[in-house]
Amino acid sequence: MSKRIDVSDLNIYYGDFLAVEGVSMAIEPRSVTAFIGPSGCGKSTFLRSLNRMHEVIPGARVEGKVVMDGQDLYGSDVDPVDVRRTVGMVFQRPNPFPTMSIAENVLAGARLNSKRMRKSEADDLVESSLQGANLWNEVKDRLDRPGAGLSGGQQQRLCIARAIAVKPDVLLMDEPCSALDPISTLAIEDLIQKLKSDYTIVIVTHNMQQASRVSDATAFFNIAGTGKPGKLIEMADTATIFSNPTQKATEDYVSGRFG
Amino acid sequence: MSQLTTSGSGLGLGHSRHLPTWAPYGVLVLAAAFSAAVLALAGFNLAGFLVLTAITFMIVLVVASRAVEGPRKATDRFVTSLVVGSFLLALVPLISVAWTVISRGAARLDVEFFTFSMRGIVGEGGGAAHALAGTLIITAITTLISVPIGILTAVYLVEYGRGSLARAITFLVDVMTGIPSIVAGLFALALFVLILGPSARLGIMGSVALCVLMIPVVVRSTEEILRLVPHELREASYALGVPKWRTVVKVVLRTSVAGIATGVTLAIARVIGETAPLLVTVGFTAAINYNPFDGRMATLPTFSWFSYAAPSLPVEASIDRAWTAALVLVILVMAFNLLARVVSRAFSPKTR
Repeated sequence: MSKRIDVSDLNIYYGDFLAVEGVSMAIEPRSVTAFIGPSGCGKSTFLRSLNRMHEVIPGARVEGKVVMDGQDLYGSDVDPVDVRRTVGMVFQRPNPFPTMSIAENVLAGARLNSKRMRKSEADDLVESSLQGANLWNEVKDRLDRPGAGLSGGQQQRLCIARAIAVKPDVLLMDEPCSALDPISTLAIEDLIQKLKSDYTIVIVTHNMQQASRVSDATAFFNIAGTGKPGKLIEMADTATIFSNPTQKATEDYVSGRFG
Repeated sequence: MSQLTTSGSGLGLGHSRHLPTWAPYGVLVLAAAFSAAVLALAGFNLAGFLVLTAITFMIVLVVASRAVEGPRKATDRFVTSLVVGSFLLALVPLISVAWTVISRGAARLDVEFFTFSMRGIVGEGGGAAHALAGTLIITAITTLISVPIGILTAVYLVEYGRGSLARAITFLVDVMTGIPSIVAGLFALALFVLILGPSARLGIMGSVALCVLMIPVVVRSTEEILRLVPHELREASYALGVPKWRTVVKVVLRTSVAGIATGVTLAIARVIGETAPLLVTVGFTAAINYNPFDGRMATLPTFSWFSYAAPSLPVEASIDRAWTAALVLVILVMAFNLLARVVSRAFSPKTR
C-alpha cells in the first residue's frame, strides 16, 4: 500500500525562474514527513512536484529524479495522470466539487473517470472512505446533500475521504489545517495519525507545534532572499530537528528566533 | 476649556441630526408643485416638468441635508438621487416599448394569427404561422451550429490556448462582435450565391448569417463564465488522477452549465430579432415553408417589416398584424429568458 520516495538533485522551475534548488531526500513509507520553513521557501512547490501537480502551471518544469519504489516519476514513459492516481493530494483550502453531493464527492475519482461500479460497491466505498476520514458518523444521514454545505473542517475531511477513495499509496497534504479552527485541526491531526499505518504521508505546515505533534521526520526548507531559490537545509527525525538540529538556521527557526 | 473636553468626549455619538425619513418624499412633492407652478406661467409641457422637478428636488434635498446632516450625508443623498434618477430614466424606453407593443399588438393576438399563414389572404384576417415557423426553424439551426462552435472555442481559449494562435482567435472574436448584421447577411449571401447561383434564397443561408453574429457572443459569455470556475476545482480533479479533458467536461463545464445556459439564451435573444441579414438571405414568402434547404422562408421580423412597409388593403389589418408579430417576438424572447432561469436554477451549485 505505501511506498518509499527517493528524491535526488531536484531543481524546480517556473519558466526561467529557479524556485527550488538541489533537493535530495528520502521519504519513508508508513510514516509522516513534515516540511517546515518560512513562506515562499518552496515547500509547497516541492510537495507538488512529488505528484507532478507542479507542471499543471504553464511554464513550470522539473529537473532531477523522483523515484518511487524503483520507478522514476519523471521518466519519459510515465503518464502524470497515473502518478496522481498513486500519489493523492489534499489542498490548503477545502475544495469539494460544488455540483456534487457528499457521496458523489467521495466517488469523484471513480465517477470522473467513468469507472463502472455496482451500487453496493459504490456504497461500500463511500462508507469506508468516510470512515477512514472520520467523517462517516457526522454525514451518514445526509450523503445526498451538497458537499459545499458542510463546515470548513468537515469539507477538508471530505476532501481527504475523496483522496483516499482512489486508494493511493502516498498522500500529500499542503497545509491542510491552515484554514481550519483548532478543533477541526485536532480532528485532522488525529486522522493523520490513523492514516499513517496505511499510507506514506507528506505534510506541509506553517505550524511547528503541528509538525512536532504529527510527524516522524521533519525537513526544514529555507530561502536566502527574495528571488533566490529555496533549498533543503536539514532533514532528520522530528525529535532531532526540534531538540538538537545540526544547522544554525534550523535551530533559529524552530526556536522562533528566525529573521 | 471645559467646553472643549465635552465635545471631545461626546464624539457626537447619538447626537447626530437626521432629516426625517419622509423628507425625500416631502421634497419631491414640493419640487413637483414648484415646477408645475413655474411651468404654468411659461406654458406646461411634460418633459420640462419632469426635468425641472428632478433638478429642484436634488438641489433642495442636498442643501437641506448639508445644513442638517453634514457634508457626508449630503453627498450620499446626492449620489443616491443620481442613481435612482438614472434608473428611472433607463426604465422609460423599456416601459414605453412594452406598452406600445402590447397595446397595439394585443388586437390580433388570436388563434387565427398562430394557425394561418398569409397564403391567399387578401384584406383582413390571416396570420403569421409561416413567419413563426420560419423564425423558430432558422433560430434553432443557428443555435445548433453556433453553440457547439462557440463553447468549444471558449474551452480552447480558457483551458488550452497559449501563445499567438489564442491571441489571434481572441482578436478575431472581438472583430466579429463588431460586425454589422447586414454585413453578416451579405457574407452569407455571397457565399451561397457563389455556390448555388444568383437566385439562391434559403433558410439555411439565414442561419449561416445569424451564426456569424451569434458565435462571438457565445464565445465571449462562455469564456467569462469558464474563467470564473475556481482553479482549485481543476487541481482537485487532476489530483484524483483525472485526465485534463475529463476535468474540462465533467468539472469545469458541469460547474458552469448554469452560466453558459444564460449566455446562450442572451445570444439567442440577440439574433432572433435580426431583420436585415434575413431580408437579404432568406427573402420573404406568404406561405408556410418548413424546409430550410428549399426556397424562401418568412420570419417574424421580416413579416413585421413587410406588413408595415408594404401594407395590403385595408392598411389597418396589415399594421395590426405587424404589431402582433412584434409582440410575439417579444414574448418569444421573454420565454427564452424564463427557460434560461429555470435551467440555471436546476443546474447551479447548491449548498444545502
